[in-house]
Amino acid sequence: MGMTISEKILAMAAGQGTVRPGNIVTAKVNWRMSNDVTTHLTIDMFENKLREKKIYDADSVVFIVDHNIPAENEKTAKVHQVMRRFAGQHNIKLHEGDGICHQIMLETYVQPGNLVLGADSHTCSYGALGAFGTGVGCADFLYAMATGTTWMMVPETIKFDLKGRFPEGVYARDLMLKIIGTIGANGANYQAMEFSGEALRHFSIDDRIVLCNLAVEAGAKTGIMEPDDLVTEYLKENRDMNPGGLYFKSDKDAIYRKSYTFDLNRLEPVIARPDHVDDVVAVSECLGIKIDQGFIGSCNNGRIEEMRITAGILKGKKVHPDVRLLIAPASKRVYLQALAEGLIDIFMDSGAMVMNPNCSVCWGSCQGVIGENEVLLSTGTRNFKGRAGHATSKVYLASAATVAVSAIRGVISDPRDCPPVVIPAHPSSRLRPVIPGAPVIPGLTRDPLISANTKGDCGSEPAMTDRK
Amino acid sequence: MIRELQGRIWKLGDDIDTDIIIPTQYLAINTVEEMKQYAFSPLRKELAGLIQNGDVIVAGKNFGCGSSREQAPEIIAALGIKCIIAKSFARIFFRNGINNGLLLIEAADVYDNCSEGDTVQVKLNEHITCNGKTYAIGKFPDNLLSIIEHGGLVKSMIRKNSGARR
Repeated sequence: MGMTISEKILAMAAGQGTVRPGNIVTAKVNWRMSNDVTTHLTIDMFENKLREKKIYDADSVVFIVDHNIPAENEKTAKVHQVMRRFAGQHNIKLHEGDGICHQIMLETYVQPGNLVLGADSHTCSYGALGAFGTGVGCADFLYAMATGTTWMMVPETIKFDLKGRFPEGVYARDLMLKIIGTIGANGANYQAMEFSGEALRHFSIDDRIVLCNLAVEAGAKTGIMEPDDLVTEYLKENRDMNPGGLYFKSDKDAIYRKSYTFDLNRLEPVIARPDHVDDVVAVSECLGIKIDQGFIGSCNNGRIEEMRITAGILKGKKVHPDVRLLIAPASKRVYLQALAEGLIDIFMDSGAMVMNPNCSVCWGSCQGVIGENEVLLSTGTRNFKGRAGHATSKVYLASAATVAVSAIRGVISDPRDCPPVVIPAHPSSRLRPVIPGAPVIPGLTRDPLISANTKGDCGSEPAMTDRK
Repeated sequence: MIRELQGRIWKLGDDIDTDIIIPTQYLAINTVEEMKQYAFSPLRKELAGLIQNGDVIVAGKNFGCGSSREQAPEIIAALGIKCIIAKSFARIFFRNGINNGLLLIEAADVYDNCSEGDTVQVKLNEHITCNGKTYAIGKFPDNLLSIIEHGGLVKSMIRKNSGARR
C-alpha cells in the first residue's frame, strides 16, 4: 500500500519508513513561523513559564510582522517592540514591512518536502511548493520553537482531480471558493486536500497558492500539490541560494479517503456571501448589490497576477465615487514588480488607495475597517460576522477581477462584463527586473486568457444580460 | 483526575468562528481579563457577562473554525467554561483548546436534545447525561487528557521539565 505526498513528508519528518492516517507521530519541523497576532504570547510563555529557556535551531525560526503594520495603536506598537527585542536577543530572523508572512515564506524560505508549522491558519499555503504546512496556536508553536518537534496525527487525504481550463473571467479564486462551497466549511476537516489533475499543468505558482491557501476554510489540516518543474523555476527566480528540497509524489496505490473531480470548463465567477466562506453562489445571484468598499490583496489574492488583472480592468477607468477601493500587494517584491510594470500608476489614477504590503482589510483591525451596515467586497480569506468592522457590516468574497469591476460600477458585477486589457510597459517604468536575472514579465503565468476590452465602457450600468 | 463534571448549558449554533469568539480589534496586548468581556459579542453581546465558572457550552458543528489565534480558547477558559460539547470541532481550535486545558468532547446528539439553561453531566470515557437521556462517548486519548489535567500544554511542559528536550 503506497503513501500520499502528505504521508511521505510526515514519515520523513518522523524518521519513519511508513506512516498511515491516524498514526500519531513526533515530527521534526523544518520551519517555524510566527507573526504579530500571537508571537507576544509565545514570548511571554517562553520567558515567564519555561524553566529551560532554549530555542532549538534559531536559524529555522522566522518572526514576521504583517497583521498590524504599521502599528495603529500603542498596544500593537508594544507587540512589535516585544518581537523586535526577543528576535534580537535570540538571533531570530525578523521581517517587518516585507509583506504578508505566507508570501515571505513562499518567496524566501520554504522548500518542497518541508514540514512547516506556522502560528497562523493559512500556513497551509506552502502546499503550492509541495511542502506540508499547517497552522497552530501559540502554545504548540512554543513547544516546536523549544524542541524543534511537534506531535501530529497523520491526516487522511482527499483528492481533488482538476480538469479543463479556466474560461475567460474565471480564476483560481473562483475554483477554490467553488470547492469550499461544494464540500462545506468542514468538508475536509482534519484532512489533507491534495490537488492534482491535468489542469494543474496550466496553473501558475500564484494559482496553486490560491488553492492551497484556502484549504483551512474547508477545515483541512493542509492543502498540497506535487511539486514539479514550475516549482523549481519559481525557486530559482525567487531565492538567493540554489533551490533544494525533496520532490515527493503520491504513490499510484496511495489510499484516498474521498475523491472529487472539478471541470474548470464549467466554472463561472462565484461569490461567498456573508457570513460563511462556504455560502458560495454564482456572482450572477448577487448582481446589483451596492458595495461601500473593495479590497484586493491578502495572502490569498495579493500577488502579481491579481495586480495585473486589476490594472487591466482599472486602466482608463475610475473607481465609483461611493466606493473606497484598497489594494495591498502581498509583499515588497510584488509591490516593486507592480511598480516596474506601471500597475501602481493605474491604481492611483483610478482613485484606488494603495497600501503597504500587509494583511490590511482582510484582517479587519487596522486598515480599511468598515462601518455600520457597510458592505465590503474582498479578495480576503474570510467573511465571518463582524470580521471587517462593525457587527452589522457584511463581507462578500470574490476574485480580484470581480472586485475591480464592482468597484468601478459601485455594485456587485460580473467580471466578464469588463475583461482586463493587456498592460504595455508604462513609459516611465524603468523596466528593470525586480529580481536580478528575472524577466520583467516572468513566463510563470498561465497562458493569459485576457484580451483587449472591446465591449465599450464598463463604467456604466451593469449589463444584466442572460449568461446561460 | 477529571472523571466527572456537571454544568449549566449555554447553547451556540454551527460554525461558531474565531471572529465571533473574540473579534480582532480586541486582541493586541489586552490581558485575557480585559478581553473576555467581548467574547461572542458579534453574536450575543450579553453572553460573556452571564457565563459562570463551571458552565458548559453545547454547540453544533465546526466549533472554533477560522483563525489559529489561541486567544479564542484562552478567553473561553478564562470565562470559567471547563468543557465544550460540540457536534464537531475545527482542528486548530481543538488543539488550542486542549492546550488551554479545555475538555472538548465531540458528541453528535447532545445538541439536538438540550436547551439553554439545562444541566448536563459528563462522565469521562463513558457518557453524557442531559434531561434524563444518556449519550455514550468514546475514550478520550490519554495524552490529551494529561495535558488538560495539567491545565494546558505549557503547564504540562513545565511539569515534565522537557522545555528543550525530545
